[in-house]
Amino acid sequence: MEGATTLPATALTTEAVPMSEHLPDGVERHAFGGDGDGTDRLATRGEPVYGEPTDDEWRAWDPSRSKLGAMLELEMQTDLAGDDTVLYLGAASGTTVSHVADFAGPTYAVEFAARPARDLLEAAASRSQLFPLLADARKPDTYAHVVESDVDIIVQDVATRGQARVALENRRFLADDGRLLLAVKARSEDVTRDPSAVFDDVREELEAEYEVLETKSLERYHADHLGIVARPL
Amino acid sequence: MTDSAAAESAWFAAVDADDFENLKTLDSLDDADARDSTAVTAIRDGTADRPKDWPSLAVEAGIADDKDEYYSLLHAATMATTRATVTEREAADDRQLVHAVRAMDDCERTANELAERLAEWAGTVDPDAGTGISFARDITSGEHTLESSHEPIASLAERVVDLADEADDLREFVERQTPTVAPNLAALAGPVLGARLLSLTGGLESLAKKPSGTIQVLGAEDALFAHLRGHASSPKHGILYMHDAVRGTHPDERGSAARAVAGKIAIAARVDHYSGERKPELKAELEERVETIQARTNEGGGGDDTAGNGADNGGGTDE
Repeated sequence: MEGATTLPATALTTEAVPMSEHLPDGVERHAFGGDGDGTDRLATRGEPVYGEPTDDEWRAWDPSRSKLGAMLELEMQTDLAGDDTVLYLGAASGTTVSHVADFAGPTYAVEFAARPARDLLEAAASRSQLFPLLADARKPDTYAHVVESDVDIIVQDVATRGQARVALENRRFLADDGRLLLAVKARSEDVTRDPSAVFDDVREELEAEYEVLETKSLERYHADHLGIVARPL
Repeated sequence: MTDSAAAESAWFAAVDADDFENLKTLDSLDDADARDSTAVTAIRDGTADRPKDWPSLAVEAGIADDKDEYYSLLHAATMATTRATVTEREAADDRQLVHAVRAMDDCERTANELAERLAEWAGTVDPDAGTGISFARDITSGEHTLESSHEPIASLAERVVDLADEADDLREFVERQTPTVAPNLAALAGPVLGARLLSLTGGLESLAKKPSGTIQVLGAEDALFAHLRGHASSPKHGILYMHDAVRGTHPDERGSAARAVAGKIAIAARVDHYSGERKPELKAELEERVETIQARTNEGGGGDDTAGNGADNGGGTDE
């Protein structure tokens, strides 16, 4: 897909093993026939959801369609282990959350809009531990009676103003040694401001209740997005 | 604290035993039947301040034998709830809005017509009679008093005010609903104009399938067909004239502005229908484009057309 020259690990060596060290169990690099460029792509095992390439039970995880996929592709330390309990905020039509449910344990998928939630239902139908919830991520008390406490991972990808606020509100679900994996969309906060100024603000607000462990621009796959890994204070 | 108290705010605490039995088949029920299940109402309407270890509490309470069974119950319940709510919301939305905006226009038009009649009538008996809906309001509020023998006129004024109030309520409804039905369309066109576009095309799906050139002249069908018959120049805009970016532009450039607005509205409607995601950048892009267009006449030059081809729509006369 993208130019192989910008992919150091695969460009320098055909060995895929070093790349998978940071990948959770159940996520592997896999060659998909027809790509023809010889690079192995991220993949999970499960029913295909959005017309992605498949090879037997493996389905390709496209980092340019998934912020979490991009974070893994960019080797951020997500601390995803495989079989984690996950709260996913902003599940949209289920593109990313279907991959998460493929390798993780119980996965709670919160989405606010009805239209994408219809597609999310399709993705959840074949995944018995994926629980779709039509709720507003800014109002955790409307789903705290369903989502269990002490989840290992919160993945947040909500395109709304006040993304740091959402992360703080949902802190109550996260285990003390859990991780917040946050994709901040600068344009959702303020289309006119410089993205880096927006990112600084979000980070500062986040630090009230989280320790930011790592940040990385997702620019290669998603314009004006910042990936953040944080743990609760 | 007992177990039952610990699990008090859990979703499963509010589910009837019978409905638990039927959970596995819930997702295959009609949505209307599914909505009656206490499992669906518990998940949709329940709240809790803080999450707890619901799977363990469910096992302790004997709801499920183990966590795996609990998770499969939860899967069935969340699937059914989300499906029922999605169907309900989608069915409600754009059709309701179309009816509401048409009713709003009918009420406004009728109120104005009756207000005219009222002014004409009141003018024959009272030299100080005013005009319009505000005059009707003056009569009902007692600010303008008619002689007692003119009760029929006062009664008509009441009807006018009621209709005008109804129109205001409907407008409020439309302003509240459009952003939930079509958030990007509402942000770009404004809630009322957005609803009118839905009304003219019949719904969000058909608006999403219209090319932007068609959207540009929606509401100007008479002029468009006169043009196609060869009697007239092509219309530059239809109902999009109501958009500030079109109305606020110099008449010479309104065709360009309408073309830019129509293009972005076409994209917004498609995003709303096919993905539902928010795209605030659309509005920013439109504002930038409109500024460029308006700058042409503000500078007084006007000759430098960077927009180029008018061939993508019927706007042949706008150059």
